Amino acid sequence: MAEAITWGEARPNRQPATVPRTGATSEPAGVRWLLIGTAAAFLAVFLFLPLAVVFSTALEKGAFAYFKTFADPDTLSAIRLTLLAAGISVPLNVAFGIAAAWVIGKFEFFGKSLLITLIDLPFSVSPVVAGLVFVLLFGLQGLFGPWLIAHGVRIIFAIPGIVLVTIFVTFPFVARELLPTIQAQGNDEEEAALTLGANGWKTFWRVTLPNVKWALLYGVILCNARAMGEFGAVSVVSGHIRGLTDTMPLHIEFLYNDYQFVPAFAVASLLALLALVTLVAKSIVEWRTQS
Amino acid sequence: MKAVLKLGFLAALAVITVGLGTLAGARAAGPSTILNVSFDPTRELYNDYNAAFAKYWKAKSGQSVSVQQSNAGSGKQARAVIDGLQADVVTLALAYDIDAIAKTAKLLPDNWQSRLPDNSTPYTSTIVFLVHKGNPKKIHDWNDLVKPGTSVIMPNPKTSGGARWNFLAAWAYALKRPGGNDASAHDFVSRLYKNVPVLDSGARGATTTFVERGIGDVLVGWESDALLAVRDLGPDKFQIVVPSISILAEPPVAVVDKVVDAKGTRAVAEAYVRYLYSPQGQDIIARHFFRPRLPAVAKKYASTFANVKLVTVDQVFGGWQKAQATFFADGAVFDQIYQPGQ
Repeated sequence: MAEAITWGEARPNRQPATVPRTGATSEPAGVRWLLIGTAAAFLAVFLFLPLAVVFSTALEKGAFAYFKTFADPDTLSAIRLTLLAAGISVPLNVAFGIAAAWVIGKFEFFGKSLLITLIDLPFSVSPVVAGLVFVLLFGLQGLFGPWLIAHGVRIIFAIPGIVLVTIFVTFPFVARELLPTIQAQGNDEEEAALTLGANGWKTFWRVTLPNVKWALLYGVILCNARAMGEFGAVSVVSGHIRGLTDTMPLHIEFLYNDYQFVPAFAVASLLALLALVTLVAKSIVEWRTQS
Repeated sequence: MKAVLKLGFLAALAVITVGLGTLAGARAAGPSTILNVSFDPTRELYNDYNAAFAKYWKAKSGQSVSVQQSNAGSGKQARAVIDGLQADVVTLALAYDIDAIAKTAKLLPDNWQSRLPDNSTPYTSTIVFLVHKGNPKKIHDWNDLVKPGTSVIMPNPKTSGGARWNFLAAWAYALKRPGGNDASAHDFVSRLYKNVPVLDSGARGATTTFVERGIGDVLVGWESDALLAVRDLGPDKFQIVVPSISILAEPPVAVVDKVVDAKGTRAVAEAYVRYLYSPQGQDIIARHFFRPRLPAVAKKYASTFANVKLVTVDQVFGGWQKAQATFFADGAVFDQIYQPGQ
């Protein structure tokens, strides 16, 4: 894979070149430290402190109590379900997002603005509404529900419903991240590749994709974090069957309401770590391509 | 270029089809798996009961059974069953919610409540107050809750069964006061809800708001939840206040006919609700702070439950159908009196 894709030289446009500070643009030291201090304090209070609380509560009763949480079959099932939902929805949305951003960014066609609006739809509706839409479609009182349930197919209050709403709420992330980059790049490089005799597939892998790799990575990270963390929409279609349709966020709420604080925060810490995995993966890719 | 697009599209379609197909095939619906859809405060009760029942059923019939459990606000759970949550057994906070399943989705007959002893309610409970240790706000009865500056935590009657019992208990108190009538009760309950800063969707959420987040001076809710909170979180932090009058809360249970017939689980589901009435079942019930029906078990746990004057929804309100229409339907009394932020 690493040999097949030669990452392009184009710099991502979200990383502006650094300009060395000159005396003329420099603020007095006091102002500089005040601004830096404010930013650091803000980060500490709003990002670091909550994370620290999650981990300290999880480890309150020691490492044994922490790891005991993950021996509970209901907790394991919640972790598996969350990984499954993210594992299905992220690749699907990557495939869809690349296709959609490519079509919108490179071509002019009728109904283009309608397509963009549709892609944005999951961003603009509340997750609870997104969940209810699926209840109205696949519920027993809904459009397709009676027929499906009569034929033994369960969508909502079962795993397929959770996967479907996860795909729905994470739909725009990849496409939305890719679109500005693809549009900014224009068609020149692809046209050059085609003129030099590359076929469509080769052009896509060697020119289009390498140019948008950073945007794609950000899209995947955001998509994955949301897929794992989604609460509202999943809560509506889950049915809260323990050990079966509880995802990690739902299970955390359940444990918390059960006065089981160490397990609740232990699962929360794992959820935070899982979301960080993609962040670490991104850093590794970044580091390897630079060296 | 077009070919690439087409290929990608077909590949994505194939992935979706295969993915959903696998999932549909993976759902395990063995005859020995039943789902109990219950209301919020029964989590610990059914956790224990499900294990005990599995043992009992294995010994009795030789069949292994695994009971899946779902807990949330009673109204929300009824709605989920109506929308297709495949509950073999529903154990909800009040009869109206099971009536709704019978009427709207026709999943069980209208006369479901006469199929089991005691109006299909194997246990009862009531509504009590939970206050901070030492009772700093001197709350002793319902009329202390309407005093200005008292912050009262109760869940939302639209979604929570316990909250509807709360509402009716307060109304009954106001009615039974000297000179009490519907108008004075309306006024009393309006003043009560003015003192409620947040309405959680379920009883357990309200309990968490009070005991964990430290919001409010008093929690009005299930006796079982209050006793559990005092036991688990420390008698040094909270204490229970029993009002002069409260309501006999009767949370019913029922087998969902259409579901058990489709799944072939009728025998085990019926045994499941019947076993609740057995001495073993009643003992588990009492251990988890619900009031048992069997006199022998009630006597054994007499010291757990306070003596309180209890009225029933049939005596005071003419049954749940009427109470629901009068108080909790869209635009009815609760909607008139509860205006957030006022």
